[in-house]
Amino acid sequence: MEPLLDLTDVNYTYQTAEGETPAVKDLSFRVFPNHFLGIIGPSGCGKSTILSLIAGLIQPNSGKIAVSAEIGYMLQKDHLLDWLSIRDNISLGLRIHHKLTPEKEKWSDKMLEEYGLAPFADARPGQLSGGMRQRAALIRTLALSPRMLLLDEPFSALDYQTRLTVSDDIYRILRSQQMSAILVTHDISEAISFCDRIIVLTKRPASVKKTFDIHLTLDKERTPFEARMAPEFKDYFNEIWGELNV
Amino acid sequence: MSESTILYPVSNTSREEFLAKKKRQKQFITGMRLFILIFILGGWEIAARCHLIDDFIFSSPTRILKVMVQMAADKSLFYHIGITIGETLISFILVLILGTFISMLLWWCHSAADILEPYLVVLNSLPKTALAPILIVWLGNNMKTIIVCGVTMAIFSTIINLYTAFIHIDSDKLLLIKTLGGTRKDILRYIVLPASISAIVSNLKVNIGLCLVGVIIGEFLAANAGLGYLIIYGSQVFRLDYVMLSIIILCILAMILYQLLAFVEKRYHAKH
Repeated sequence: MEPLLDLTDVNYTYQTAEGETPAVKDLSFRVFPNHFLGIIGPSGCGKSTILSLIAGLIQPNSGKIAVSAEIGYMLQKDHLLDWLSIRDNISLGLRIHHKLTPEKEKWSDKMLEEYGLAPFADARPGQLSGGMRQRAALIRTLALSPRMLLLDEPFSALDYQTRLTVSDDIYRILRSQQMSAILVTHDISEAISFCDRIIVLTKRPASVKKTFDIHLTLDKERTPFEARMAPEFKDYFNEIWGELNV
Repeated sequence: MSESTILYPVSNTSREEFLAKKKRQKQFITGMRLFILIFILGGWEIAARCHLIDDFIFSSPTRILKVMVQMAADKSLFYHIGITIGETLISFILVLILGTFISMLLWWCHSAADILEPYLVVLNSLPKTALAPILIVWLGNNMKTIIVCGVTMAIFSTIINLYTAFIHIDSDKLLLIKTLGGTRKDILRYIVLPASISAIVSNLKVNIGLCLVGVIIGEFLAANAGLGYLIIYGSQVFRLDYVMLSIIILCILAMILYQLLAFVEKRYHAKH
């Protein structure tokens, strides 16, 4: 199977007036179709830099990044614009690309309906709860029909309960659309419950320290919430915890 | 149960007392304000009548009223007010358009903003009245000079304020547009301008007053109509009634224009 994303020996260094900070060093990994990759590392290790590199917002100093899929990027906060209605917020990407067709508008309405946001289509973001806002942000990202999603700690701004629900919701949406995802997080449980494979990064400059393939025994269909009940969950947690604290 | 039936009337009384006290306080303040106005006007009138002050150079409320009625009758009063309002509004609109446009250009080109910063700061802190005589020489003794005078009064502070508002927008919002594949133009259109509307609107409130100041200064120097002209003309021919009347009208005019924009701002915030 051809990978959607292939990073080979990627290096990136931040330049500031005070000096230079190597953020990413000889980083290599791949993401295949329908695969969810989790990236875990100590805080400030350059996780978000990796996503910026993949999204093409910054260029690597050396190495190769081969992307063969439309990429959608979900930031840590929802960043819904206060001065637009929810409907206008989710069509923002489409309008930027001049792709707001009647079909797309119909698709947006369907998505709003599906994720319980239809009654709020004309509301301002301020009237929505944290979980609803995050779902709206997801629809905004999905509107550009990406094949792979970059998730930068997308649940960290939510309270614990909402976090579990939204995590389940997003998991289902991505699976049903047969998408791939890269989830950057510092929450070990979240990564194990969400991903098929997890890479643990070293301290800055970030490179791959260890890779874990997650295989969980479940009698029900896998969702992040169900995954937490699997017998192997605890073992993965301890192993990854150990890797992070060496 | 019985406890609450006792408590209710007690709390109600204190509520009523509180409201009554608030109302009394409000009435007292309005009353005092009116009293001060009547005291000044009355004192002025009495002092003039009793020859404590010379009403030839101090004028008096009744003299002002007489001049006002007379000028209203021959319509010249409305002509002068209209000219001043017209010039103020034109320069105000020019400041709005030019100020927003130049701030956008500076936002677009950061190095231009960096290069021009000291010049803007100097121009902004310069007492703009010093420029008026030059403007007459350059532009002539006409309305153009007066409007430009009004514009110079407010344009520099507008540019500095709006540019500062533009560059202080949450950088994550700019990142959002980039993650959606947008360009600088999209950032300007979807983030910077809409996010700065409240800064633009609150700037308008300040500008209307500044433009009025600029226009009056312009009229002092280069005009044959308008309230500023009337003040200078009146003082030169020792018709202080003209001067006083114009100043009173200016007070009212400034207040109306300010309240108008305060109302616009309030409407804007109520909607958003």
